[in-house]
Amino acid sequence: MAAARAEFSLSPSGHVRRRRIVNRTMESFGTLAALLAVGVLVLVVATVAIRAAPALDWSFFTKSPNLFGGPGGGISSAIVGSALIVGLATAMAVPVGVLVAVYLTEFAHPSIAGGIQLVLDVLNGLPTIVTGIFVYGLLVVGHTQSAYAGAFALAVVMLPLVARAAQEVLLLVPSALREGGLALGVSRWRTVLGVILPTTLGGILTGTVLAVARAAGETAPLLFTCSIFNPSVSTDVTHALPNIPVLIFTYSEQPDKTLHEQAWGAALVLMAFVLIASLTAKALLARSRRKLGR
Amino acid sequence: MMTDDVTIPIDVGPVEIAQERGTPASAQREVVFDIRDLEASYGTTTAVSGVNLEIYHNLITAMIGPSGCGKSTFIRCLNRMNDLIPTAKIDGEVLFHGQDIYGDGVDPVEVRRRIGMVFQRANPFPKSIYDNVAWGPRVLGMKRDLDERVERALTQAALWNEVKDRMKKSALSLSGGQQQRLCIARAIAIEPEVLLLDEPASALDPIATAAIEELMHDLKRDYTLVIVTHNMQQAARVADMTAFFSLEVGDGKRTGVLVEYDSTDKLFTNPGDKRTEDYVTGRFG
Repeated sequence: MAAARAEFSLSPSGHVRRRRIVNRTMESFGTLAALLAVGVLVLVVATVAIRAAPALDWSFFTKSPNLFGGPGGGISSAIVGSALIVGLATAMAVPVGVLVAVYLTEFAHPSIAGGIQLVLDVLNGLPTIVTGIFVYGLLVVGHTQSAYAGAFALAVVMLPLVARAAQEVLLLVPSALREGGLALGVSRWRTVLGVILPTTLGGILTGTVLAVARAAGETAPLLFTCSIFNPSVSTDVTHALPNIPVLIFTYSEQPDKTLHEQAWGAALVLMAFVLIASLTAKALLARSRRKLGR
Repeated sequence: MMTDDVTIPIDVGPVEIAQERGTPASAQREVVFDIRDLEASYGTTTAVSGVNLEIYHNLITAMIGPSGCGKSTFIRCLNRMNDLIPTAKIDGEVLFHGQDIYGDGVDPVEVRRRIGMVFQRANPFPKSIYDNVAWGPRVLGMKRDLDERVERALTQAALWNEVKDRMKKSALSLSGGQQQRLCIARAIAIEPEVLLLDEPASALDPIATAAIEELMHDLKRDYTLVIVTHNMQQAARVADMTAFFSLEVGDGKRTGVLVEYDSTDKLFTNPGDKRTEDYVTGRFG
């Protein structure tokens, strides 16, 4: 018996051995790539945080920029301006985006839906600088720069994101729910309004939050439409308002160390907002999936 | 096809006697649906064709037959549910009290308002139990005494006692059988005249099934019921009239046809067609 055991070996040999080495190598490359991605993010966050540290104090968030540069002052006007512009953009993009998604999933003929889908994808891929120039030509030339022009440009950026996100959750709604509504002698639109949309609210909110996070950091559209502004706090949307992305851009070009620090600080604020927004979106999506029983 | 030979028993007693189980006096009853030469197809596939039958007031009419024989397609033609499928095409006439529901100027929404439907899988809305029942009446403008209406519908669906203390809870927290009864309550809350039930108990356990069957007996007083079932015993237990559908294979295509339509007793004990006999005796299907 003992002799019979020695006739074969269970340890790898030949091509099995080679495959095992290849397997190990690929596995470590994959792990390395994943670590690299995480590493880049950590590096960016750490760099921004360290460089922003000197600028961060209470007055950074509460004061307007110093009119003539120099020490002191904060970015409160840019925070207010960004909030207004992005808020306006959201108010424009979300209703249209959700309606587009409802049309695509509930009403459109499949062939038409395919075409619109393609348009949305192209719009999503449109370089934002092109969006900026387009809105510049449409709303700024012959008038002045304004917050609503900037908001409109950001809304163009947000629209395909909101529409696609809403469409995805609408497609998750089982058709049995639609039939349930229609079988009660309720019109299609009322079924959408009363049954389908409430079910997908979480998912639509998620898409909205992600689109807001994306729009908040967009700089190119605002350079054309909302970049020449009075630095004090204002809520007049018919004029250009200070905003975080443009502030980061202009401050970084100034030959002043404190302004550089403030630019890093503003970058940190923006990044923190995007991070919080993404986490909120994730939580909302998980909630809506539970609601749909998935 | 055999459908023209369908005989409606006329030699049965007066209505009072007929209401006893097993001897429906279909001849004396008001005709709710008069279906003439109905053909339904999806794209190039004909699901069911050449259906001629009458459905009578306050009776339970069952559709039985093997899988794919078009019985579900047929019942979905009765309240224009097939309109939702872009490729579906309906030929023939479905007269509801004499009016063709596929005629010009007919609004499918109005048709479904009068002809309710309960589906194979319970599909409660992801809302509270109360809102599931109240939503239809509310949207359709029946807002007066809404609470009483909801209670009445739930009572009729034999669910009131089980849910009256948790009306604000999500409907999805109910068991499968309760969800299906909730869907029935939802359907009858808008007071339709006809209730179509597409295999309402096929996803339920025997106890829940018994509850649904008992419920159908009670609902018969107020509604005309049409039920699709693949369960012959269920048809024999609940239905007054039974229609047997089968598949006809020709030119490599399979089409559902109505083979026989008669009172349930006659169809099960003395079928007029060999195919029906084979099916109900278990030799086929």
